[in-house]
Amino acid sequence: MSDELVRRAAAQAGRLDIEGVGKTFGDVVALADVSLAVVAGEFVTILGPSGSGKTTLLKVIAGFETADSGAIRVDGSDVTQLDPALRNIGMVFQNYALFPHLSVARNVGYPLAMRGLAKGEIAKRVGEALEMVELGGMAARLPKQLSGGQQQRVALARATVFQPRLLLLDEPFGALDRKLREQMQLEVRRLQRRLGLTTLFITHDQEEALIMSDRVAVMEKGRLQQVGPPLEIYEAPANPFIADFIGESNIFSGHVEAGADGVLSVRLDGGPSIQVPSRSDLAARAGQRVRVMVRPERFVDLNVGGTPATVNRIDGRVAESAYIGVSDKYRLSTAAGLDVLVRLPSGPSSRRYGVGESISTGFHAADARLIEVE
Amino acid sequence: MALSSAASRPHLGAASGEAGGSRFAFGTLALTLPALLLLVGLFVLPLARLFALSLAGGSLEWYAKALTGGLYTTILLRTFEIAALVTVCCLVIGYPVAFLLATTTPTWRAIGFAFVMLPLWTSVLVRTYAWMVLLGRNGIINRLLIDTGLMDQPLAMLNSKMAVILGMVHVMLPFMILPIYSALTRIDPDLPKAARGLGASTLRVVTTIYLPLTLRGIVAGVTLVFVVALGFYITPALLGGGKVLMFAMVIEQQVREFLAWNFASALSVILLAVTLLAFWLLNQGVARRLGD
Repeated sequence: MSDELVRRAAAQAGRLDIEGVGKTFGDVVALADVSLAVVAGEFVTILGPSGSGKTTLLKVIAGFETADSGAIRVDGSDVTQLDPALRNIGMVFQNYALFPHLSVARNVGYPLAMRGLAKGEIAKRVGEALEMVELGGMAARLPKQLSGGQQQRVALARATVFQPRLLLLDEPFGALDRKLREQMQLEVRRLQRRLGLTTLFITHDQEEALIMSDRVAVMEKGRLQQVGPPLEIYEAPANPFIADFIGESNIFSGHVEAGADGVLSVRLDGGPSIQVPSRSDLAARAGQRVRVMVRPERFVDLNVGGTPATVNRIDGRVAESAYIGVSDKYRLSTAAGLDVLVRLPSGPSSRRYGVGESISTGFHAADARLIEVE
Repeated sequence: MALSSAASRPHLGAASGEAGGSRFAFGTLALTLPALLLLVGLFVLPLARLFALSLAGGSLEWYAKALTGGLYTTILLRTFEIAALVTVCCLVIGYPVAFLLATTTPTWRAIGFAFVMLPLWTSVLVRTYAWMVLLGRNGIINRLLIDTGLMDQPLAMLNSKMAVILGMVHVMLPFMILPIYSALTRIDPDLPKAARGLGASTLRVVTTIYLPLTLRGIVAGVTLVFVVALGFYITPALLGGGKVLMFAMVIEQQVREFLAWNFASALSVILLAVTLLAFWLLNQGVARRLGD
């Protein structure tokens, strides 16, 4: 009984420390000084475009690649040079990597068999794991006899059945259609919470990253660009790359006219002057060139709404329009030639504009974000 | 996706068969006619003649002679033994080579393949003579052993079963390597990684992932090598120096030295039947193992 408790406690832990990890392939820098601490039970997503180094990072953690520099620690112990078979890390591969010649039960039981467990114990635990992913009746099937979503669940059961210290998921939803993907996202998150399993999730889908994660780590060119909760990543991107990569955004260039009381006055190139909150971590003085981001959905139609807080104003003509369902999407051209992407809520209380019509739009100062000072 | 396309294929075939009618069938026949004629003229007819010769006079006298007295059954058994040893050697040497070819960098793969394929483009006779040069009493190996002082007397390597097996393995190795290599390249490279990550040692990855997934390739290689080895003639004749008799050599002897066409035919039919039986048994075993 006490053994069981110790084992459970050990399974509960799973702190991951990535410390200054670097990896190059020939001339290509895949990872450059990557550091990240993941606390036990946390769900962290590594988000980045293809070729950003996120899969290499996962391989280094799993042990399929060796880091050139830096260290990987799990619960404080250095595993950088450890044989992947001894790391006790569960991984779900992009294409699931189920063993095609083994039944579902033997796939799920594989890590237990490799650990030398007795047949009865394996059968019991495999049964539990398959119940957990709602595949109780599928034990005798071969992987190819299952649908994509079912294969995914088998892979998940196999990666968690041996109570690993860490779960790694490498773009596991890529092959699923949209509806199934959304369902699996929720299911994976539910399972992860129930098992209290520290999880590192790899994806290039920013929406998926925002939905699933406790924290998102945005990666580009082998470097972590920003690490934070989804809200922070979306609302307060650290730099133009993240502002552009996560969600839709307008990125305006301009120069600082004046700054006072935490608010900068920025004159946009070929446009009006707008109010932007200053940043303590990004000092900007009058005269400096800056870049500012505004999300399209933060604009309001000043003909319909707008409050005294809507201090920033941009007028333009509709160059393109699209009906999205929940909103109308417009591309506006201002008189001075500025391109602005605007999303206005659709519905009975809002007006729809055709190409060539002019709109007065505005947004709160707080909805503008300083993202770069040159 | 795969299921639906597989299901639709026979349907499509049936549809085009109805639409094309007999013209389609005639076209196919016309295209295969040269090959068909070649096969009938050079393979089926001689075989039928062989069969007729072996039953000359309507009696089984020649078969009785072949299967009694022990001499020919002993040679047949030895032929089986040599073929089996050659097959095992080819498998033991060939699997690791195929594995290296499948997992190395493209440059080394190209170099490795050149070494595997080169013997295939050289005549069996040339290769066999090369072995005679190497293994002979005054051959390269013996001279090396004596010159370095490792041996006082030359080793009798030629004209032995070992020499025959060595030569045959050399000839047959590519036929083992190629099907296994082909099976290995069809394995998803993530599978061994997944197995490692799930706690399997390198040895367990080989026994639980690579071997079962290359079983078809292994069986194809084993069948090919074993069946071809049963009928080997040139290599055992030259490297065995008449001391190692294989069945094909006995047949040749009957024809060339004794002009015993009927008896040689009976021996040929026996070898053919036994080879087909071996082929069938190997396939049966696999079908049961793979469940289809």
